[in-house]
Amino acid sequence: MTKLLEVQNLKTYFFTDRGVAKAVDDVSFSLDTGKTLCVVGESGCGKSVTALSIMRLIPEPPGRIVGGRILFEGTDLVALPESRMRSIRGNKISMIFQEPMTSLNPVFRVGDQIAEVLELHENMKKADAMDRAVELLRMVGIPSPESRVRDYPHQMSGGMRQRVMIAMALACNPKLIIADEPTTALDVTIQAQILELMEELSRTTGTAILLITHDLGVVAETAEHVVVMYAGRVVEEAPVRELFHDPLHPYTRGLMRSIPSMSEDDKTRLEVIPGVVPSLLALPVGCKFNDRCRHAFDRCLAEEPPLTTPKEGHSVRCWLFH
Amino acid sequence: MAQNGNASELVVLKKVKKHYPVTGGVFRRQVGTVKAVDGVSLAIRRGETLGLVGESGCGKSTLGRVILRLERPTSGSILYDGRDILALSRDEMRPLRRKMQIIFQDPYSSLNPRQTVGRIISEGLVIHGVGTPEERMDRVRYLMNVVGLRPEHINRYPHEFSGGQRQRIGIARALALQPELIICDEPVSALDVSIQAQVINLLMDLQEEFQLTYLFVSHDLSVVRHISDRVAVMYLGRIVELADKKELYRNPLHPYTQALLEAAPLPDPDRKKERKGLTGDLPSPLNPPSGCHFHPRCPKAMEQCRKSVPVLKEKGDRHWVRCFLYGDEVDESL
Repeated sequence: MTKLLEVQNLKTYFFTDRGVAKAVDDVSFSLDTGKTLCVVGESGCGKSVTALSIMRLIPEPPGRIVGGRILFEGTDLVALPESRMRSIRGNKISMIFQEPMTSLNPVFRVGDQIAEVLELHENMKKADAMDRAVELLRMVGIPSPESRVRDYPHQMSGGMRQRVMIAMALACNPKLIIADEPTTALDVTIQAQILELMEELSRTTGTAILLITHDLGVVAETAEHVVVMYAGRVVEEAPVRELFHDPLHPYTRGLMRSIPSMSEDDKTRLEVIPGVVPSLLALPVGCKFNDRCRHAFDRCLAEEPPLTTPKEGHSVRCWLFH
Repeated sequence: MAQNGNASELVVLKKVKKHYPVTGGVFRRQVGTVKAVDGVSLAIRRGETLGLVGESGCGKSTLGRVILRLERPTSGSILYDGRDILALSRDEMRPLRRKMQIIFQDPYSSLNPRQTVGRIISEGLVIHGVGTPEERMDRVRYLMNVVGLRPEHINRYPHEFSGGQRQRIGIARALALQPELIICDEPVSALDVSIQAQVINLLMDLQEEFQLTYLFVSHDLSVVRHISDRVAVMYLGRIVELADKKELYRNPLHPYTQALLEAAPLPDPDRKKERKGLTGDLPSPLNPPSGCHFHPRCPKAMEQCRKSVPVLKEKGDRHWVRCFLYGDEVDESL
């Protein structure tokens, strides 16, 4: 059976005046219909560039997909001409961004913005598209959708705007939704509502979700499978329970220990990962994490470890497990 | 230090209100009032970290700014070390300003991009006329060392530093005048997880070394739990619950606190997902619901919650809650 999405050895580089930034370097993962995959990492790890590569939205120049394949239902998106990509984008694959205020057009009513998607991809008549927009708004839990459909984005709260974004993403019954930090700008109680909504929609519509986040709490609550990225690479990949119970890579372990626990009461020092994320223009030789890793030994400084699978279904890029 | 009743309290707020007029129309007439802070009474004890949690628009940052007198409250009083700071003139206020500092959330916009790190950190020293220029630079180098920056970078500009390092610059600036109280306004919210931990550790180390008192304003319940001694929960301008940290997280009384704790995602995939979850949005502070502001979203709301405001009362050991589930007393001052 072919996977819904298969990213194979994806390389997306940015060619700048100061050198080549390898934002995504040899990244592979796959996603089945109806599943949720989380890509987690800190800023600059390449998680958003991976998402934009799948959507073919990399600003070009300076960026370019220089290698690898992105198979969506067996078709390689990398090789697709822009005109055919346009019929997939927003239709079979849609995207939800972090900031709902900047990704909605402030001068159009939200209903018109949702209807536009339907008119474009489904050749619907305006009136039918508006009816469907009302239905979609109701589906994402917006109260009195008949009148809200005529609201402008500024008349809505952040949580409502994110619901509108989700309604828009759902408009054409996509096979895959890519959500890039969809709740980062929202308050906790609203975040919980949005995560719940996405989970429910994926369950009822069978849409697969690729969720990009930096928040391990969000990962634990939503993902089935997790990919951890660091400096443009996949450093660990595992099912969610396995990852939290037995994190292997020193970076993943460090990340988990550096979150303040909700079960400890004493004011203890948090364990930290020393140093900062290296610049993509000046990555260390060997393992990219070697300058922050307390287990680094001579091999890590000389040679980059390959991704290996020490346990079934759990892979890691580290010489410790070689 | 005397540990009796009042001497242990560094800041005491009494019924502090900060209301902003909202104007509209051609003649800019007042069309409404935003009650950002609405009758907050609170004490911050010397040497403690008081966590202040709430969602956006609840007034937590305004409260921090009011304590520093960066905003003048509409009514109420603020005692700092026993003195009413609202009664002080600008000149009388100045020596007090040295004792209270603030660290901001955004390490990108809170540092002047055209000033060197040395200038940024020493600015307070210059304004208050502390030391000679050489002494000031020595102090800056010392502070950079304390917060984990390399003193030889004293002539660099903010853009040459990462987010975490910029936050360290902000912390060094706050420490320059040897303050007693630091208002930390979401100091780690803009930072990556691994950098967050570094800054939280630094703040805790500094507190011990310099006997600092913190008001730690944040929306992140796990960070607040980690760093605080006591925690206050705010909703639309009012404190709804206040307790020692252990007590608050183990035994949250207010339905809002319970909902907040339930909604926070935990890094534990085995946790049962039995969220009842809050329905509804945060109401607009311009037009808050009557009575208890939380009643439209509260699963336990009763008739009287719509009509009147419950009083913040002590329920159990130093555990304060503002909710009719725990008594019928009405707060007449609101």
